[in-house]
Amino acid sequence: MKELDPMVFLAVFQEMLGPMLWVLILLALAGIAAFAVLLLREKGLSSQRLVRAEIAGLFGGVAALVLAARFTVSGFSDAGGPVDWLLIGLIWGVGLAGTTILVYSVAGWTALLRKR
Amino acid sequence: MNGDNRERHQAFPQLSRRGFFALGAAAGLGALVASPAAATQSARVKSSARIVIAGAGAAGLAAASRLMQRLDGAKVILLDRRQEHFYQPGFTLIGAGLKPQSYVVSGTADYLPQGVEWIQERAAEFDPEGKRVVTDAGRAIPYDYLIVATGLSLDYASIEGMDTKLIGSNGIGSIYASPEAASATWKLMSEFADKGGVGLFGRPATEMKCAGAPLKYTFITDDYLRRRGNRGKAELTYTAHNKALFSVPIVSEKVRMLFQDRQVKVRHDHVMTGIDPGRKVATYRTPNGSAEIPFDFINVVPPMRAPDPVRNSPLRWQEGIFAADGWMEVDKASLRHKRFDTVFGVGDVAGVPKGKTAASVKWQVPVMVDHLVAAIEGKTSDSVYNGYTSCPLITRLGQAMLVEFDYQDNLVPSFPGIVAPLEELWITWVMKTMALKPTYLAMLRGRS
Repeated sequence: MKELDPMVFLAVFQEMLGPMLWVLILLALAGIAAFAVLLLREKGLSSQRLVRAEIAGLFGGVAALVLAARFTVSGFSDAGGPVDWLLIGLIWGVGLAGTTILVYSVAGWTALLRKR
Repeated sequence: MNGDNRERHQAFPQLSRRGFFALGAAAGLGALVASPAAATQSARVKSSARIVIAGAGAAGLAAASRLMQRLDGAKVILLDRRQEHFYQPGFTLIGAGLKPQSYVVSGTADYLPQGVEWIQERAAEFDPEGKRVVTDAGRAIPYDYLIVATGLSLDYASIEGMDTKLIGSNGIGSIYASPEAASATWKLMSEFADKGGVGLFGRPATEMKCAGAPLKYTFITDDYLRRRGNRGKAELTYTAHNKALFSVPIVSEKVRMLFQDRQVKVRHDHVMTGIDPGRKVATYRTPNGSAEIPFDFINVVPPMRAPDPVRNSPLRWQEGIFAADGWMEVDKASLRHKRFDTVFGVGDVAGVPKGKTAASVKWQVPVMVDHLVAAIEGKTSDSVYNGYTSCPLITRLGQAMLVEFDYQDNLVPSFPGIVAPLEELWITWVMKTMALKPTYLAMLRGRS
């Protein structure tokens, strides 16, 4: 009976973030949906826009690390073993991917709506 | 018996590497969300039983929540006079200057499950023969089943010269007495880290809440001194009540190495018996008689005993190592009283060998509730609590060791091969500062 229970996961995140949890989930879902619809509409990726979004993503990753450092009153200088570097990589990666998708979608939709 | 492995109850699930990576997106928080063994999904049991819970701390509230999930129609009565709820694992963080007092204070009413009757009186007398509890207001409350979750009492008075009013002055700190005391202790410790001098740490000879906490506080003080460039001006001494630094030998040895590395002196077989605030001297009982140690800063850890209503009741251990301080005589696997089968004891008051921690509560309560619900149904339960407890042992600001163990002093790491149990890691610090409180609050609501 000791497997991961998604409801327990949800309960812990609800206690941690309160209503912000739903705002963040909605934001993530909206970002992914906007990205997916944009891909279908444009029938592919715009490489120029992607590169720009990825550059923004690099900073997004750094921002995620800064946030993590603030909330934990610590930082990557406290890394003590490989699993810590893995965690730092993951936090940076989540920040990078999230920002890239968001920036790509916003830029794409702005261009699309302007054309009309 | 090879059933031992199967019966491990851990705060964390055994994870495959793949499972771990799946958790990565949650920044390691998955560590804390394993679901206890209790079958919360099973159909609710119809019952008209009258269940009294004495104490609305972590164990009492978690028990109330679980019972309401499992039973339909039962009358659950919670007894506690205090309106405030304290998140006790946060006291060390206040004492370390990392969190404000408000971090640990909330209200009992915030976690009270629907349908539970809260009587704002304290259990003053237990009468297990008559199956009733008498409150401090003189009211007799009968029960079919009783859960004792009164916590423990901090016996500052047994240290000669010590008074909680002294905390925050004369170099006397103590993070246990209240959130205010923890905050006052931080002010003193911070001053000490600015000036240096002699810092005294230690633990009582009694059973105690989280035996890692006094060690953590020693490490944190050391780190502040170093960060402020004053470690050379300070001498830190840890007084242990016996020949070990921790009850689990492998952890004790690791702490010995870390203390050596941080130049923390250790004095074994020192039990604090008195304090002289004017002279700033602490007195200890040692095998060679009484010894005095002067200090500029001290973190007093009071002896801890079962609260008087339990100590003065038939519920206490009658003999053995838990008898002197009146801990409750429960079976260590089921948390059921050994002599009164309608009585259960969970949390700090339980006279069991290990761990008076929130992690213990998290794993005791579902097991205890399984046995209670089975008793109501006229069945038996095979749920077992194996003594699992855990301690994120902070070793410097930004790092902690995740120490998890059971009744038999086994290490029971949740991420074998990934999060090493005796390594100083940032990920463990992240868990402690970010995820433990939400997990604790979810536990109070019966959701983790």
